[in-house]
Amino acid sequence: MLRTEEFTLNMGPQHPATHGVLRLILHLDGETIVKVEPVVGYLHRGIEKLAEARTYTQVIPYTDRLDYLAAMLNNLGYVQAVEKLMGIEIPERAEYIRIIVSEMSRIASHCIAVGTYALDLGGFTGFMYPFREREKLMDMFEMISGSRMTHSYMRIGGVAADLPEEFYPAIKKFLKEFPSCVDEYDGLITGNEIFQARTKGVGVLSQEKAVQYSISGPTLRGSGVNYDLRKARPYGIYDRFDFEVPVGEKGDCFDRYYCRIQEMRQSHRIIEQALEQLEELPGGPVMAKVPKVLKPPKGEVYHEIEGAKGILGYYVVSDGTTKPYRVHIRRPSFINLDLLDEMCRGWKIADVVAILGSIDIVLGEVDC
Amino acid sequence: MENIFVNISGSIRELIGVLGLPPLFNEAVMITVKVTGILLFIVLNALWLVYMERKVAGYIQCRYGPNRVGPKGLLQTAADISKLISKEIIIPSGADKILFLLAPVLIFTPPLMVFMVVPFGQNMAAVDLNIGVFYFLAVASLSTVIFWIAGWASNNKYSLLGGMRVVAQMISYELPMVLAVLGVVMITGTLNMSDIVRAQENLWFIFAQPVAFLIYFIAGVAECNRVPFDLTEGESEIVAGPFTEYSGMGFALFFLAEYTNVMLVSFMAATLFLGGWLAPFGLTIIPGWAWMLIKVYIMIFLFMWLRWTYPRVRVDQLMGFGWKVLVPLSLANIFITGVAIKVLDKMGW
Repeated sequence: MLRTEEFTLNMGPQHPATHGVLRLILHLDGETIVKVEPVVGYLHRGIEKLAEARTYTQVIPYTDRLDYLAAMLNNLGYVQAVEKLMGIEIPERAEYIRIIVSEMSRIASHCIAVGTYALDLGGFTGFMYPFREREKLMDMFEMISGSRMTHSYMRIGGVAADLPEEFYPAIKKFLKEFPSCVDEYDGLITGNEIFQARTKGVGVLSQEKAVQYSISGPTLRGSGVNYDLRKARPYGIYDRFDFEVPVGEKGDCFDRYYCRIQEMRQSHRIIEQALEQLEELPGGPVMAKVPKVLKPPKGEVYHEIEGAKGILGYYVVSDGTTKPYRVHIRRPSFINLDLLDEMCRGWKIADVVAILGSIDIVLGEVDC
Repeated sequence: MENIFVNISGSIRELIGVLGLPPLFNEAVMITVKVTGILLFIVLNALWLVYMERKVAGYIQCRYGPNRVGPKGLLQTAADISKLISKEIIIPSGADKILFLLAPVLIFTPPLMVFMVVPFGQNMAAVDLNIGVFYFLAVASLSTVIFWIAGWASNNKYSLLGGMRVVAQMISYELPMVLAVLGVVMITGTLNMSDIVRAQENLWFIFAQPVAFLIYFIAGVAECNRVPFDLTEGESEIVAGPFTEYSGMGFALFFLAEYTNVMLVSFMAATLFLGGWLAPFGLTIIPGWAWMLIKVYIMIFLFMWLRWTYPRVRVDQLMGFGWKVLVPLSLANIFITGVAIKVLDKMGW
């Protein structure tokens, strides 16, 4: 008797398109997906537990290693959470510097998202172009903090150091060039007929589902929900800048991708404004007066910011000692990964790669 | 210059003729010489194409490409190949050992067989076959079987998926390719490649049959398993398709075979549509075989340009495009060509 059988394919943890060490167990009917089971934990380092044995300042380098593609944003979330707990007001100059570096980080992260997405769909050149811009950003991060990826630049009460002199011409040059670079991505990737055929209508995530599962970031906005913490509940000094929140319509892979492209343009606008306002400020300290040994009062705090992948939240519990009693991190990549199975069912193997790429996860954050 | 290779071949023939051996032996020696020549040409070209591809990719992607090994990185491929030769050949447990080892050995055979009938220049086809076009179409599709052997023998799920994709892809694209070439054959009324080239004396068939050329080009890209139709390999989906389990030289042979196929499809495009060895604008200072190479390299560059610009299509889109667009289009082309030939014939052209 002829019969057909379901076929199980183990995709990952070593696979070119799972963006790290994600393992997907695919149940296939021919090439069609019946079910996807994501298996996480291959990059688990126990950061939350490690934080309990470190002082508040010593936790900062660990946050770099969560979403290592947007390390500044992770720093920002943590230090703002602790500042909220301790009630520290930070100097205005530091606020501006924080905005500039975190938006740069967002652009760098989206550059990777866009580039690797092109690579996932088989377009190698689309991968190289965004990396070119990211490289410039990395150079600037190196000027600021001395390291390219894991910056640990922010401190509880401000930032580690003022921006160096050579940073200003570099960022101005970058700001001048960047819009035309995004146009280039549009020409090379967005406008491509095959790219659109591969992404439009694929992996649709409905507005209700996205909200129900507390999806956030460009993945949520691609589904047409206008929710960006920078606008909805401005933290830091985001209320001083004029920018828009790009929103998709259908919630397919293309909308999620295109949201990121547009967000890069918006981040560019924010940096431009912040830099202008920063240069008008008189020079001053970049650190608030905080004690050498940090002892936050007993209590707990939850603070969330708009990370590159979605809403990044830090829950910090203090028992009044120098070390946090508990640190829990709401990692957007982990939560966004929830719906992968539902989005993939009925599509082909190639679409799993397309859908996973459009969610834009980073495994350092998923596994924590 | 024009006849340099023909003359060399003639003098070798004379040289053996002096020995006074039976004619069958003479023929055998001649064929061996020609095969060796073609083999050398193919292998050297494939090595060069790997280098060229990487340089073209570098140029397109704002970077340098290989530039460390040898002058301008020219020896990069040689270094890569020697590294691959020195590597251990790993046969996965559970693999069909004989078929697994046979596939990379066989992969060079179909393109090599087809190259025997390709007219590199005037009177420069190793075998001037009167059904050359038919032979090309028949033999070139044999490589499907070899990919499938590799995919099946590896005993790996990715390889199996890749093998399945090869078969599906080849069936969908062989047909429009044949139908596209048929348009040319209808005009010339011959299947001999040299005659087809001679028929383009006044007008290259790319101008007489633009649609057929386009279909041939697209189907050719699919035949070579290159972007945007590189589903077989699809490195971001199925790792490397049928080649997943191959290491060392086995992998290198598949790699070189890909370039040989690109060369083959480009040679056929030059022969069928771009006037083969015929010189455009009466530029006969450059010998015919050089013109052939120039045309082939223009085609190859197009292939590379496409590869480094486009993403990959999905497997169902690929087949949909083949069956729903290319096949009807090529049928329409044949119909229009047939009517046009009849009408022009009646008008006394």
